[in-house]
Amino acid sequence: MLSGKTIRWSDGVLGAAVWAVAIGTFGIFAWVVGDVALRGMSELSLGFLYESPSNAGRAGGIAPILVSTGLILAVCLGVSVPIGVGAAALLAEFTRSDGALGRFVRVSLDVLSGVPSIVFGLFGNAFFCVALGLGFSIVSGGLTLACMVLPLVIRATEEGFRAVPDDIRQGAAALGLSRASTFLKLLLPAALPGLGVGLALGIGRALAETAALLFTSGYVDRMPTSVFDSGRALSIHVYDLAMNVTGGEPRACATALVLVAILVAANSAAARLTTRGSGQSGNQ
Amino acid sequence: MKSSKFVAAKLARGRVAVGLLALCLVLLVTACSSEDSGHPASAGPLVVTGSSTVAPLISDLAKAYEARNPGVRVDVQTGGSSRGISDVRQDLAAIGMVSRALGETEADLTGHLLALDGVALIVHASNSVADLSPEQVIEIYAGRISDWAVVGGSPGPITVVHKADGRSTQDVFLGHFKMDPADVRASVVIGDNEQGVKSVAGNPGAIGYVSIGAAEASEKLQVPIKLLALNGHAATSEAVAQGSFPLVRELNLVTKGDLAPLAQNFIAFARSGDARKFVEAHYFVAVD
Amino acid sequence: MLPSTKDALLIGVLRACALVAGAVLLLIVAFVARDSWPALRDVGVTRFFTDSWSPTSAEPGFGITPMILATLITSACAVALATPIGIASAVFAQFYAPKRVATVQRRVIELLAGIPSVVYGLWGLVVLVPLLLQFAPPGQSLLAGVLVLTVMILPTVALMADIAIAAVPATTLQAAHALALRRSSIVLKVALPAARPGIMTGVVLAAGRAIGETMAVLMVCGNVVKVPGSFFDPVRTLTANIALEMGYALTDHRAALFVSGLCLLLVWMALVAANGMARGTERA
Repeated sequence: MLSGKTIRWSDGVLGAAVWAVAIGTFGIFAWVVGDVALRGMSELSLGFLYESPSNAGRAGGIAPILVSTGLILAVCLGVSVPIGVGAAALLAEFTRSDGALGRFVRVSLDVLSGVPSIVFGLFGNAFFCVALGLGFSIVSGGLTLACMVLPLVIRATEEGFRAVPDDIRQGAAALGLSRASTFLKLLLPAALPGLGVGLALGIGRALAETAALLFTSGYVDRMPTSVFDSGRALSIHVYDLAMNVTGGEPRACATALVLVAILVAANSAAARLTTRGSGQSGNQ
Repeated sequence: MKSSKFVAAKLARGRVAVGLLALCLVLLVTACSSEDSGHPASAGPLVVTGSSTVAPLISDLAKAYEARNPGVRVDVQTGGSSRGISDVRQDLAAIGMVSRALGETEADLTGHLLALDGVALIVHASNSVADLSPEQVIEIYAGRISDWAVVGGSPGPITVVHKADGRSTQDVFLGHFKMDPADVRASVVIGDNEQGVKSVAGNPGAIGYVSIGAAEASEKLQVPIKLLALNGHAATSEAVAQGSFPLVRELNLVTKGDLAPLAQNFIAFARSGDARKFVEAHYFVAVD
Repeated sequence: MLPSTKDALLIGVLRACALVAGAVLLLIVAFVARDSWPALRDVGVTRFFTDSWSPTSAEPGFGITPMILATLITSACAVALATPIGIASAVFAQFYAPKRVATVQRRVIELLAGIPSVVYGLWGLVVLVPLLLQFAPPGQSLLAGVLVLTVMILPTVALMADIAIAAVPATTLQAAHALALRRSSIVLKVALPAARPGIMTGVVLAAGRAIGETMAVLMVCGNVVKVPGSFFDPVRTLTANIALEMGYALTDHRAALFVSGLCLLLVWMALVAANGMARGTERA
């Protein structure tokens, strides 16, 4: 952004503080992930990725769990991204900032972001599994996660829309474009970086969630045959092996490492998808 | 720029669109839910829910059962012993897993004993104390003794690790020492066995109580804890199997009323000799 | 601009999305209220504030005041720590880091957001707690909870601040640069104030995550129901309470746990409302 020819690495206290923070966050990341890696590295192997678990997960691999997690994530994002982008667009572009609907939705989202994960789990169980009759299933889990992730996706995307300069909107109006065209062809592509952040936060939250999934997508670690089957997510497998099964800790750490690897891939993909068309100052 | 008539027209169309969308959503959801296959106890998979302590064992047994009986599915879910009981009562599950004996209020259900699990006190491996009398245990847990020197160890504060209310390990423990949950002055309250093991392993001054199987397994894995004898009784799985160790809890499968053949066969398998090796792989004590 | 069916349809779809987002919260509140009703009816509201917490004793007690305090203190401290660190991290990525370093730093932050809470809890239990034990037993404490929560929520602040700062019009920053302001002045006096609304959104989302976090605080806070006297005292938050006892709770106990969940929701709603009023109307 401030692309001068020379990079001034630091100036004064703020510079030093900011570099300290950056190094600190790298450090914490290395500490946590490094600790997990130390404990779990020995259990990683190619077989770990395509075998099924046996002996309560202390032997075998995590293939069905990877598939279940992928499906849950797909359902979650498939539901939350369209609804999230739609709601964000409405909040940012199509309502008066102090209109009733806008205020109601914003407040709801803020409150929703503070609901404990276990309450989401219990709610998801009562609503999706029992009331809607979906039972313990990947769909129930994905829908519950979508509810959890909505505030993040919506708020981040909304910021993305706000970041688009008004010149674009005014120019489009001057050219006589309908609001729908302006939105779909100009604003949405320009707001992609915000959606990218929303996706990153949403994917992160979805993969990290344990309590919500335990009561909705369930504990079964068999390879799912449809999205209406129960399927165990990676985070639940980590939890079960670390806290519930005696002697499961090394494999819990190995599973956690696989999860981190998937996160890296998913976040990179999200970033790439959302900056390609943005034309912004490529700071992604 | 906009006239109010234009806004009104837009609003009206917008409302129609909202309504249509909502209708589609409802139809979609109803269509999906009619495809579900998760009805337990009648057709489809056998659903077993309940205690997370028992779940890994039943999960392994379910896999073994499915291998012997192709085409059968046994789905195991967790949620705690209370969930197991309430799900069986509401016909949401055919079998419930419960990590305790059934109480008086549960006379409408049938319990099938699956295995036994001993409960032992553990301390850090570096602690010189090897045995505690019941009075000493009560005093420690009531907060009246707070230094290891009083019970023969090297001086240092005692960190009392206690299980959360409602759990059967706590019930068995407090019941044996005739303490009420409100009498306990805990330093740390834990949930699962592993949390207890890790809490004690990380704190040289800690004392806690966990499943004997979990503790023995951790000892074998070089985790720095050791089991305390209780009033002279060594805390080992053999002692539990012989019936000579006083602190024991039952692990049960519970059902309601008459059993469907699938449920009956599975329970029989879970209690058979073939299932023994699974029970022991999870560090519980098999019953004959 | 004349109305077109396309416009109306788009707005209709967007409104539906927003309504879904708002509806989820209402459903959750209804669900929690329904399941907590038996305890409110049988035990009475005052006892939840005057008793001690011993739901399984011969004389049950259902007091949740120490837990409300614990929740508020842990979350407030975590937010107070995470906000400056998150903002500093975003400032680093936007103003101080060479482009590649900034990208790496963003990826690291996104990864921190996706590590499962159980991994943070495990790390806290096995690494952080023994460290804190050196200062005062038992090690599991308010401070451990605050530290783990800070690490967990700072990605939310950092990523939202990042996009909020990116949204500051380039012309503004260039003008400041042209006026020969130092970099630190540009950051502190121009960029951050302009990005404040977006940053505040990030802070609210982060606070929500902190208040709703279950698994990690369960493992490192000690879970003793007592008003803390120092940062090294163990505490139990409302969320940990629900997670700890829900699986084994019978009727009244279970309903009492839902009451603590309802209390958490109400406290959070009050905070969100206060935040909304303090900020005035959302900017247009």
